[in-house]
Amino acid sequence: MGAGWSAGRAWLALTARVATLAGLVGEIWPMPARTLYDKLWEAHVVREEPDGTALLYIDRHLVHEVTSPQAFEGLRLAGRRVWRPATVLAVPDHNVPTTDRSQGIQDPVSRVQVETLERNVREFGLPAFGMDDPRQGIVHVIGPEQGATLPGMTVVCGDSHTSTHGALGALAFGIGTSEVEHVLATQCLAQKKSRAMLVRVDGEAPPWVTAKDIALAIIGEIGTAGGTGHAMEFGGAAIRALSVEGRMTLCNMSIEAGARAGMVAVDDKTLAYVRGRPFAPKGALWERAEAAWADLHSDAGASFDRTVVLDAGRLLPQVTWGTSPEMVAPVTGRVPDPDAEADRVRALGMRRALEYMGLEPGTPITAIPLDKVFIGSCTNSRIEDLRAAAEVVRGRRVAGNVKLAMVVPGSGLVKRQAEAEGLDRVFREAGFEWREPGCSMCLAMNADRLEPGERCASTSNRNFEGRQGQGGRTHLVSPAMAAAAAVAGHFVDPRELVGS
Amino acid sequence: MEPFTRHTGLVVPLDRPNVDTDAIIPKQYLKSVRRTGFGPNLFDDWRYLDPGEPGMDHSRRRVNPDFVLNDPRYRGATILLARDNFGCGSSREHAVWALMDYGIRVVIAPSFADIFYSNSFKNGLLPVVLPADTVDRLFREVGARPGYALTVDLERQEVVTPDGERFAFQVDGFRRHRLLHGLDDIALTLQHADEIRAYERRRAEEAPWLFQDLQAVRGEGR
Repeated sequence: MGAGWSAGRAWLALTARVATLAGLVGEIWPMPARTLYDKLWEAHVVREEPDGTALLYIDRHLVHEVTSPQAFEGLRLAGRRVWRPATVLAVPDHNVPTTDRSQGIQDPVSRVQVETLERNVREFGLPAFGMDDPRQGIVHVIGPEQGATLPGMTVVCGDSHTSTHGALGALAFGIGTSEVEHVLATQCLAQKKSRAMLVRVDGEAPPWVTAKDIALAIIGEIGTAGGTGHAMEFGGAAIRALSVEGRMTLCNMSIEAGARAGMVAVDDKTLAYVRGRPFAPKGALWERAEAAWADLHSDAGASFDRTVVLDAGRLLPQVTWGTSPEMVAPVTGRVPDPDAEADRVRALGMRRALEYMGLEPGTPITAIPLDKVFIGSCTNSRIEDLRAAAEVVRGRRVAGNVKLAMVVPGSGLVKRQAEAEGLDRVFREAGFEWREPGCSMCLAMNADRLEPGERCASTSNRNFEGRQGQGGRTHLVSPAMAAAAAVAGHFVDPRELVGS
Repeated sequence: MEPFTRHTGLVVPLDRPNVDTDAIIPKQYLKSVRRTGFGPNLFDDWRYLDPGEPGMDHSRRRVNPDFVLNDPRYRGATILLARDNFGCGSSREHAVWALMDYGIRVVIAPSFADIFYSNSFKNGLLPVVLPADTVDRLFREVGARPGYALTVDLERQEVVTPDGERFAFQVDGFRRHRLLHGLDDIALTLQHADEIRAYERRRAEEAPWLFQDLQAVRGEGR
């Protein structure tokens, strides 16, 4: 301990000297101002090809049961080992039941996939949480929760919502199964640098306008391909005001704007969030990490290829009405009319969406009745999400026309925390089902799904056709809006239900 | 991986933007632990009128006659003509496997979602980006001329119409090289194993907290 302390001190003194020297050099040859993305990228380049393709080093590889079996099979067929097993964290989440698990998984196909993951982590000696581990949960909830994903890291997972971890000031992005195999075998990925995009959200979000509403409003503004080819940094007063969990919701949805990655600069909130997490550095190592992380922000004057500015003060709670996250309206709005759309391809898309959703143009959003309500997913299943929903639900009842309202916590530890706060009772007394953690009805790979024609207020991330079950109709909303809709039986301005 | 140099094939037009990977291959089929056999379930919700589950005999299901892939005119198509933001959504590589397994070798669109674009190259499926007005024209020509076929040449980076008209397209040099020769990405990267190790040594000095072993850390909840 003593040795570590003095070594830490010596190191700090050394870095101070290096910093002074760098400052001096900087005055003579000014370093170009760099974006957060530049910094994260440059720190991870192992080598670069003449065409600019870089071999990028990966610090953390999250693995789940759906996109990994073919990757492990590839390693076996080629006789390859895992390059650095200690960087992997594996957990089953997509297929796990959210009801009683004592009988295991009933669906034989889902069971094979979860068992295949268990066999693979044993064979290759990888860190993993099993289905019965209290720490099990959605991969993008447990990474930050455990301190397994940290500021300054490169984080990948065979899952598009890996962008979530960018909330900690990390470079985090989703990859396909071939790339999962590539990272397992080499700890690297061949990547071309994306363009840098800044989404600045100024002002102060009004009450009931949450990170989810900001995310949906951004997507409504720039479209689901608005961020394609870009790494997206979120900044501005409204982002700094968000909690770290709120930033996770926002970065999670950056893939719905098409972005390669989403990220937020490190600040005191980030450090307070990470400090003391099970896998976060401790003691002298923490001091060093904290000092290094202080630089994880875009420099003043750094240039972005594209900048989008929104005023949070003008935002309202959002509800999607179509089959793409960009098809979104404020809760006070109406379902739009495709005849008013000038672009032919877009108008066609809107017509198809309205037909699938069973909606008429001009219908007030608040007149849309609901069959089911789902609070959960890697977007909105953390403790603050559950608190926000419980606050709306407390002392109220789920409306009679709502057949099923369910809360699926993001992890075993979120569930435990919520129960310690009595939130489970609030939900149960109102008529919600209180479930075990997993991806659940966000993509309906387990038994939780919509039946054809059923309409759902969902805190998840995708309203694609069939996403929550074939023929199911999904409206994306915040946890507070989902809770308010469960109580009212239709969408409702939470400001009217609960007051400001 | 199978190399891709030049391909000529029948074109099938899928005239809708933002085709997502959930539509390309619905989630129930992701439960397979193999890379093959997804072809019968490509665009499953659009292609069939009845709900599908893994393990069914899909040849006995009710086919949606209005879906373009079921139009006899486009039977045997190997080039898919699509609109903006093709392959958006989930990172599932199963979407690429399903297209390949069905027989598609090229997708032409004005834009692709990033992860789908990258997944395609790993499997020998060539995504070709052409300007929106060119794609618009191709849609009109495909609609007007039964049996419309295109030639896609990766070596010369051009799409050639039946009339001999040529449209150039761009592909990263590194990706093009790997696809032309069907190279194994992992073997290529492992040629640089020494550089990866050198990076790790340097990085472990700079940022030692990144080199903690997760297994060695006792992980109980906070």
